[in-house]
Amino acid sequence: MFLESKSPEGPLAEKWDQHKFNVKLVNPANKRKYDVIVVGTGLAGAAAAASLAELGYNVHAFTYHDSPRRAHSIAAQGGINAAKNYQNDGDSVFRLFYDTIKGGDYRSREANVYRLAQVSVSIIDQCVAQGVPFAREYGGLLANRSFGGAQVSRTFYARGQTGQQLLLGAYSALSRQVAYGKVKLHTRSEMLDLVTVDGKAAGIVTRNLLTGAIENHAAHAVVLATGGYGNVFYLSTNAMYCNVTAAWRAHKKGAYFANPCFTQIHPTCIPVSGDYQSKLTLMSESLRNDGRVWVPKTKELAERLRKGEIKVKDLKEDDRDYFLERKYPAFGNLVPRDVASRNAKQMCDEGRGVGSTGLAVYLDFADIIQRTSAEAVSQKYGNLFEMYEKITDENPYELPMRIYPAVHYTMGGLWVDYNLQTTVPGLYAAGECNFSDHGANRLGASALMQGLADGYFVIPYTIGDYLAKTAPKPVDTNHPAFAEAGKAVEERTAKLLSIKGNRTPDQFHKVLGHIMWEYCGMARSAEGLTHAKAEIQKLKREFWQDLKLTGTSEELNQALEKAGRVADFIELGELMIDDALDRNESCGGHFREEYQTPEGEALRDDENYAYVAAWEFMGENQPERLNKEELQFENVKLTQRSYK
Amino acid sequence: MAGSNPNAKPMNLTLNVWRQPSPKAQGKIVEYQVKDISPEMSFLEMLDVLNEDLLHKGEDPVAFDHDCREGICGSCDLFINGRSHGPEKGTTTCQLHMRKFSDGDTITIEPWRANSFPINKDLSVDRSAFDRIIQAGGYVSVNTGGAPDGNEIPIPKDIADRAFEAATCIGCGACVAACKNASAMLFVSAKVSQLALLPQGDVERKTRVENMVAQMDIEGFGACSNIGSCAAECPVGISLENIAILNREFLTAKATSNNLA
Repeated sequence: MFLESKSPEGPLAEKWDQHKFNVKLVNPANKRKYDVIVVGTGLAGAAAAASLAELGYNVHAFTYHDSPRRAHSIAAQGGINAAKNYQNDGDSVFRLFYDTIKGGDYRSREANVYRLAQVSVSIIDQCVAQGVPFAREYGGLLANRSFGGAQVSRTFYARGQTGQQLLLGAYSALSRQVAYGKVKLHTRSEMLDLVTVDGKAAGIVTRNLLTGAIENHAAHAVVLATGGYGNVFYLSTNAMYCNVTAAWRAHKKGAYFANPCFTQIHPTCIPVSGDYQSKLTLMSESLRNDGRVWVPKTKELAERLRKGEIKVKDLKEDDRDYFLERKYPAFGNLVPRDVASRNAKQMCDEGRGVGSTGLAVYLDFADIIQRTSAEAVSQKYGNLFEMYEKITDENPYELPMRIYPAVHYTMGGLWVDYNLQTTVPGLYAAGECNFSDHGANRLGASALMQGLADGYFVIPYTIGDYLAKTAPKPVDTNHPAFAEAGKAVEERTAKLLSIKGNRTPDQFHKVLGHIMWEYCGMARSAEGLTHAKAEIQKLKREFWQDLKLTGTSEELNQALEKAGRVADFIELGELMIDDALDRNESCGGHFREEYQTPEGEALRDDENYAYVAAWEFMGENQPERLNKEELQFENVKLTQRSYK
Repeated sequence: MAGSNPNAKPMNLTLNVWRQPSPKAQGKIVEYQVKDISPEMSFLEMLDVLNEDLLHKGEDPVAFDHDCREGICGSCDLFINGRSHGPEKGTTTCQLHMRKFSDGDTITIEPWRANSFPINKDLSVDRSAFDRIIQAGGYVSVNTGGAPDGNEIPIPKDIADRAFEAATCIGCGACVAACKNASAMLFVSAKVSQLALLPQGDVERKTRVENMVAQMDIEGFGACSNIGSCAAECPVGISLENIAILNREFLTAKATSNNLA
């Protein structure tokens, strides 16, 4: 199928304004005749649900949490970018656009990214008006900081809890609409299927997690804002419940899945400590503004350090290799995430890693503490330092932090056009759940920006265009498609419970995570990926023969929930591997060992791979079909990223 | 990291866990043994070990709420040895680590105990009352679009910082569980203070506090008797000062009410 991006014609800077004028509007009196389902209540979902309700649509918001405020957007630490240029340091909409396109290694769509940069400024205004307590200067104006991969200070923040404050802002807007009766909130409801009628999105099937009731919900349009799929790796910085199920179910109903192999490994996480570990904790990238990354200069020193024969303080300046500063003098410790991660891995591969496992590098604050004071550092990073100490029992004011890369974000997701509509008419995808803005690598502080841009400022316009062309007749769940989808969900749940094997959902998930991390993680090769594909197919067979669950489907059954999610992760894992195998180049977070420059940097192949890989589901256990959206670059010149 | 404490030895523990199959069912404390618990584990990872064990034995795992496991989502809510989130000050259950316990310890794990937080199953409770309190007025009534420039209204740094401190409430409910009256005053006061301190919240200042307090009463939370265990047990350090602000806001609002309805 030809994938039409629907990027508007005309000069880049005028596309969005022109498009907003061209889209159809729904008469204000008619808006209340339309029902919209929004799945997920994170930044994108809560913002979309609130904004659509404010316009007058009837919104049904779904979350599997007990409250919309628990969505994982809440854990974002560092900040949110906006091209305000409040700091007079040369920022502009075009520069934010350019940085984002370049940071994404030229694998995103120009028009979408430019619009993102444009609306970024409105996001800040909106959040301030909601009472989001951003950090401020003594004069009372908003404070900014610089963030990984950027040479201007355009990041707005609320100490190390920016995601929390932005989400609570969106949650408050959502709560207001719930109070007005314009949003019906469905908590502890997990979407388990998409319902389509005549090829269009018509509703969803959910499972009430407390009672197990399978419920059908109909609407004129459905918005998925269900986040990313980083938990396919088992260990990641994602929350425990984060999963791909809603997006995957939609994929199986016709929504193409784009660039699944584009995953982001964040360089600054607390290292793994043992087999029991359930998740990894991020240490905000903002720490790289003031912390210096280093490892011992030689393998021998690193080994003695790991054995406890010497201490960190015994290592003199000459014994330390500040490898990012050495290799990338222009950007130093602030190189983009993929570059920082790969370099940390390289140091550990060379045997220069630290900590008992040797899978860690130092992030050292000694210099900044000496240059300013421990108090000044605490002002900026207090809560992060505390969190680090709680987890590791080490005081980062005295000892350098130990960090290691961990899976953090997924740039891939449901394919969407400029309107954020998937290949299923009436089905939209917003936030991390779609693929659209970050290409092969996301810059720091851009996830919050994209989630809120999609939710507050894009979906409310573009969904109107679709609804205006849809008859406002009342929706109902009587169509046979609902009964069919509901039955399929019930059967699948029953199937999971009936296997009565020996291995728990977590056991399968760990094996999957191991395969993905080893072969589809920071470095990939055709050989490794081919091996991983066979392993995953084997795991899938074992899962459906040997899964162990207890209890019934008519109660709160967390192991059952987990099992359904793991089943979908296994299928997604295979698609990620297909995608990584197809992409015979290195770009951003996708590093194929066969394709690198003599200096070991990612080697893109723009001639053959400047496309979005959009995968089409062809039936159970069938290979998926690859559809390509060729990317057109009219405003930026494709160059090799250089941060030297 | 194992490297942070090389002498850490695995522990064997006895757990007394509240089990209750459904909201209306009779609950009871059930004793479990867990073995070889690493001191580097988080408390919830220790419960994961118990649950995997139960599942392998064909028994029903213990239901508990959790998600981010980094102390910010507010999902986890265990009452451990008679304290909200357990023995470590300023810490959520997910950030509590087993190094705070010793080999041979007996640990009692209960759900939040408050009528306004009915039990779903085992350790999972229904905290939707908090959402309804926020829906009663915990917002600034601004629609998307049309907001003035973010720098239009300067806010003194001290004020912004204080509003931020109040806004860091994670909505976990530890304050209610810690209070002998099961009062939600700290939770309500955090939101009221945040918005009362900021110029953006000023317009609806009076109706907000009136409506939120009214909803708090409807939900059945108890009164505040100024003991302060809420603030003492709050995992993110929401200050008791907020309750004073709430009381002042409430009195002022009642004395000069804008509620014309």
